Amino acid sequence: MVVTLSKDYFVESIKKIAEMIEKERNYLTKLDSDIGDGDHGINLSIGFREVTKRLSELNENTEDISSFLKKVGMTLLGKVGGASGPLYGSFFMKMGTDVKGKEVVTFEEFIKMIDNGVAAVEMRGKAQVGDKTMIDSLRPGADYLKESDPNGRELEIFKEFIEVLKQGAKNTDPLIAKKGRSLRLGERAIGHRDPGAESSYLIFKAFYESFQDSDEKNRIKNGESMR
Amino acid sequence: MGRLINDGYDVVEEMLEGYTKVHSDYVRFSEESDRVIVSKVMSEEPRVRIILGGGAGHEPMFLGYVGKDFADAAVIGNVNTSPSPEPCYISVKEVDSGKGCLYLYGNYAGDVLNFDMGAEMAADEGIRVESVSVKDDVYSSTNFEDRRGVAGDLIVFKTAAAAAAKGYDLDKVVQLTEKANRNTFSLGVALSSATLPVTGEAIFEMNEGDMEVGMGLHGEPGIERKKLKPANEVIDEILNHLLERSPIKEGDETLVMINGLGSLPLMDQYICYRRVDQVLEEKGIIIDRSLVGNYATSMDMIGMSVTLVKLDNELRELLAASCDTPYFKQ
Repeated sequence: MVVTLSKDYFVESIKKIAEMIEKERNYLTKLDSDIGDGDHGINLSIGFREVTKRLSELNENTEDISSFLKKVGMTLLGKVGGASGPLYGSFFMKMGTDVKGKEVVTFEEFIKMIDNGVAAVEMRGKAQVGDKTMIDSLRPGADYLKESDPNGRELEIFKEFIEVLKQGAKNTDPLIAKKGRSLRLGERAIGHRDPGAESSYLIFKAFYESFQDSDEKNRIKNGESMR
Repeated sequence: MGRLINDGYDVVEEMLEGYTKVHSDYVRFSEESDRVIVSKVMSEEPRVRIILGGGAGHEPMFLGYVGKDFADAAVIGNVNTSPSPEPCYISVKEVDSGKGCLYLYGNYAGDVLNFDMGAEMAADEGIRVESVSVKDDVYSSTNFEDRRGVAGDLIVFKTAAAAAAKGYDLDKVVQLTEKANRNTFSLGVALSSATLPVTGEAIFEMNEGDMEVGMGLHGEPGIERKKLKPANEVIDEILNHLLERSPIKEGDETLVMINGLGSLPLMDQYICYRRVDQVLEEKGIIIDRSLVGNYATSMDMIGMSVTLVKLDNELRELLAASCDTPYFKQ
């Protein structure tokens, strides 16, 4: 059976991300206080509160997954500012580049979407793995997905992908920053996790949880139809 | 510390609403964006337009300098966060008079990203926009390009505006602005953190009676945390660092600015200025012009910075040029 993801899945995922951001706001803000200017969680919450406020409008006024995600990205870009606005904004705006017009995507297409989103962040932020940024979790995660063979193991692969992101965020602990506001800290950034790498992991964890939910629903639905 | 606000998520909108009402002789909101403040007293003749911008929380920085012969617009982001690309672009549409615009902001990754995207949007419509990011905080990096912008913003912005007011073209305005940027050196000390409006908490922990020399305008860590010392000793330490990291030497003419970070009494600031004046006189460094006050703050942070500007005839003249805004008149 081919696993597919509907537009509803993306809408639900965005809802889950917004809930997660509210829950983790002070934690992300604390990480940012250690090596930045202490507002990462607050800025993401400003952005996702606006997305939540407009979510049904964004959903109803868009035909396909690509344009829905683009609107989410544009809302973040317009509301957040700072570095995370353009970076997460670009991520969502470019995620749907290859699936224009589709209301449903396969898991393989979803993998490509993530890779496109990560590439957009790399292009905008000009960061590489090892710079102590979001890319330290996003790039290894996207690469892991591209090299995997998810056929029939989608949920498992998704879970492993989350683990790779989590590890990528952890990997920023001992790094000296080469981008962003912590750049000027030099060795004093060592021992602190990059807040962007951590929020990237948490955002995909929300995508995963929403995938688990839809997978469960599908199983129940399939079970019922077999009866 | 206590803040007298309503919902922390509304602070920027509510502040801007109050500001535009009080200073309605000087400024108005853009009709396209509630984050763009536009001058009502712009020159009638076309000239290079000066647009300032950055995060909120540094008042009067950015919005307070929109007025006659200074900035033509300011773009305001969330607290400590650069504005997004669209208002940056809208500000250009509001003020451009065919001679191009100059974006001016402190050198932070977020500001560079968003203003660059705004400039790209303007370029698509054939409007030329250049950018200069201020890099005066000498402690933030040994590499000039990586330095962040703090109180020296005012000096660099003022230079740019005076050059534009003289009718210079965009290339010449950029060149003079960069010259001011290269000759402005700042270093600060913080005694406490600012309080974030949304959480009501300090950005960073600091024990009462401690200080940190070199701390940034958003609470970025400085050189080291130690016990607070008398003003003269703190100023001596700051000046040592500043003179070591700048080319300023005996016989040079300078502008000196003492900038309060929000909650340091003016009394203390003048006491600090007195010591700077003493030390520079001992060293044979000439003070041509001086400023003391809260020019670029970090909300309720207790602290101050010293800025030294190495002057030549051109910079002296531009920095002395008259202008009239709600927070800077001369």
